[in-house]
Amino acid sequence: MKTEGAVEKVIAGDVRTVARLIRDIDDRIPEVRDVLKALYAHTGKAYVIGITGAPGVGKSTLVDQMVNHYRQQGKSVGVLAVDPTSPFTGGAILGDRIRMQRHSLDEGVFIRSLATRGHFGGLSHSTRSAIDVLDAMGKDYIIVETVGVGQDEVDVVKSAQTTVILVIPGMGDDIQAIKAGILEVGDVFVINKADREGADKTFNELRQMIDMGHHKYEEGKWKPPILKAEAVFDRGVTELLDTIDKHRGYLLEKSRGKRPGRSKERVREELAEMIKNRLVQEVVDRMVESGEFEGAVDTVMAGEKDPYTACDDLLLPKLRALK
Amino acid sequence: MGIDRKLRVMVAKPGLDGHDRGARIIARAFRDAGFEVVYTGLHQTPDSIVTAAIQEDVDMIGLSSLAGAHMYLFPEVVNLLREKGVDDILVVGGGIIPDDDILKLKAQGIKEIFTPGAKLDDMVDWVKSNVKPRSI
Repeated sequence: MKTEGAVEKVIAGDVRTVARLIRDIDDRIPEVRDVLKALYAHTGKAYVIGITGAPGVGKSTLVDQMVNHYRQQGKSVGVLAVDPTSPFTGGAILGDRIRMQRHSLDEGVFIRSLATRGHFGGLSHSTRSAIDVLDAMGKDYIIVETVGVGQDEVDVVKSAQTTVILVIPGMGDDIQAIKAGILEVGDVFVINKADREGADKTFNELRQMIDMGHHKYEEGKWKPPILKAEAVFDRGVTELLDTIDKHRGYLLEKSRGKRPGRSKERVREELAEMIKNRLVQEVVDRMVESGEFEGAVDTVMAGEKDPYTACDDLLLPKLRALK
Repeated sequence: MGIDRKLRVMVAKPGLDGHDRGARIIARAFRDAGFEVVYTGLHQTPDSIVTAAIQEDVDMIGLSSLAGAHMYLFPEVVNLLREKGVDDILVVGGGIIPDDDILKLKAQGIKEIFTPGAKLDDMVDWVKSNVKPRSI
């Protein structure tokens, strides 16, 4: 990807350029950094919504309906749908599109499937930059669908302005609801497949969990609403969009009209993550490529070194060189 | 820095054919070969397949058809790619396809046709040696 030309094309909404750029980000092509640097000034206009929840709760189906609603409002939409990479082969089946293919001929919609490629946290390492690209491309809304998550994959919160947590009835008792992790990060909860038995019980458990944290919601703070939906029949989707809108209004008020949801904390987080990724890429990946890493593995396997010493021996010379 | 381009392929079912077991098995074999496989699901039009392939920036489209409409559907995908100025997405097909049709399809730009009895390993090898991930 050549920097000159690419930036203009992305801003003009050129689909091929955008698609290739996201590929280059995914493949960690160093040149994309210059494109991203130049694009950054054109970001900040899109509203980013995160959709997360366990496998099979209906994330893709809900995203499909949301896209439909936003299109009826005349808004353009970008979708980033993340699916898991095999830890054994590095391959992946990216199947989130299946539920969204009706939008494939709509030029106002750009859908991209991403594989996690070993990144934990529910997103791929490329997701944040891909959001920037779709933002610069001029999408009004960007919907990020995480992999099916368990309890601890909360990365999406760092990238989205509104995080929607999707649950279905009958997924565990009230102890699950007080555990730390994913349930702490929702701005909106949606009980999908709400026609199923146990929806009211799930509702009450979530309500209690949220109420227990009532001290957090003083002075007009946002208290996560709980909605019921049947995404496949488009029930509850209008209400969800209204609620997301309210949350957006709340964030706007809080940020006094500046880029909503962009706190110092978030910038700190973003920058730390970027430095960490870059460090791994520049230091660790090079060790693997040069064969030093495999050499160290062999010395530990042969019992010549303990892993702590092997780690020191590999890393310390590199760190000294950095000084 | 060595660049690790990962192969991205699309497995698609064009037309009104409701049988996707074969396509799923092939998608799975490609996954196990380390490719990223975008699966579109059933009942796609050539248009929707091409648009999706461009958005997904895949290196290859694998079309599956068991319902006899391959002579229209497969070349149409190639034509649409050409129309859109895309020359770096390779198209292959698979399904119940008579020998006579295979030659005609290849003449129309379908790179390879896999028929019943084709071995998964052979298909994976074919992809690895014929589909090159994009240059930078």
